[in-house]
Amino acid sequence: MSESDVIDARGLSCPQPAMMARQALQKLSKGTLEVIVDNSTARENVSRIATNLGWEINIDERAEDDVHLTMRK
Amino acid sequence: MSSILRFLTSRWGPVITGVVIGILAPVLVKLGNPGNMGVCMACFTRDIAGALGLHNTSVVQFIRPEIIGGLLGAFGAALIFREFKPRTGSAPLVRFLLGMFAMFGALVFLGCPWRAYLRLAGGDWHAIFGILGLVAGIGLGIVFLRMGFSLGRNRPAPKALGWIMPAFMVLLLVFLLVEPQFGRDASGNPTGPIFLSESGPGAMYAPIGASLVVGLVVGFLAQRSRFCTIGAIRDMILLRDNHLLNGIVALIVTAFVTNLILGQFNAGFENQPVAHTDGLWNFGGMMLAGIAFTLAGGCPGRQLFLAGEGDGDAAMFFAGMLVAGGFSHTFSIASSPSGVAAFGPTTVIVGLVVCIIIGLTMRTART
Repeated sequence: MSESDVIDARGLSCPQPAMMARQALQKLSKGTLEVIVDNSTARENVSRIATNLGWEINIDERAEDDVHLTMRK
Repeated sequence: MSSILRFLTSRWGPVITGVVIGILAPVLVKLGNPGNMGVCMACFTRDIAGALGLHNTSVVQFIRPEIIGGLLGAFGAALIFREFKPRTGSAPLVRFLLGMFAMFGALVFLGCPWRAYLRLAGGDWHAIFGILGLVAGIGLGIVFLRMGFSLGRNRPAPKALGWIMPAFMVLLLVFLLVEPQFGRDASGNPTGPIFLSESGPGAMYAPIGASLVVGLVVGFLAQRSRFCTIGAIRDMILLRDNHLLNGIVALIVTAFVTNLILGQFNAGFENQPVAHTDGLWNFGGMMLAGIAFTLAGGCPGRQLFLAGEGDGDAAMFFAGMLVAGGFSHTFSIASSPSGVAAFGPTTVIVGLVVCIIIGLTMRTART
């Protein structure tokens, strides 16, 4: 995974995590993208956006404030 | 019980929250709150500002238990579900300023986005101008978000920071119940520091217990479901995501039906409760509110509930709203049923310019 395919959205307000994920997913069109979030709202929002765009999602909760969402298509 | 609570974070969460608000807000009006004002984050925060003596417009001074309950309900939900995470550091001063201008805009319209939807559901067609302004403001905010606007990252903070706002709410509740009168006016009569209206909208309120319970329930549900009256429109335009919008549609439809049942639906442009008929500034006021809320990341309710989760930046936004609640009257910014005030339109224009400058200049922390 290249550096550009990881988005660190920790600490950012709505709607930035979901917006950044959506822009990256649309740009990629297929492949792998990792988004790091630190709260439940961002995790739900990014998951929903990815699912709506037809991406498979895997959630790795390393700590409460260090959740890695890996999206594949 | 746990399956119901899980349900709240599903796609049905905002809908359930919207339905509950749609029932309870008109019920609070039936129980004594001003017309179409079962819940209004802007009007109620302005009333609290007045009760604390930040303005002296005697008809809009009351400590609204819905605000206290809302924050404490979200606080409780956050504690129970391990989402109480004190944090701060994302441009708190800018958020304070956005809170102020959002409040000025909302009080030129006479209602926050929650009340705009509740006014519509009560048949106040002037709410349509406000909602169109709100959409325009959100659209403008989205332009800046797409250009890379960001208030930067917050950082974890000590737990104590997250307890400040809940403690402040408890203090407000004590002030409401005790109503201390330490001061003496020129004639020697007791006065202040807490001022409660004896007439006007500030003297119209549902029983304190009922208002507090509604606040707690709404705060709890909204914290779980992430209910947001700004996010609803923003996410639809920006992300093509109707998750939150479903909640607003549910709120409007349910409040409409509840108003019909309670005999509170009164369709028309004229003679609506706590509203004026200046379409241009109904639009303009809410356009300012819309951009300010969008740049700050959520509606006033969402900011209140985030503050309950321990978000110190959202608390600064609320503080900005509270201070602006005072200035809106001392500076003749807030409208009244007779129309816009002397400096309402000027403030809206100044606010739009300030928000545009914020939108163009704040662009840190993009990765």
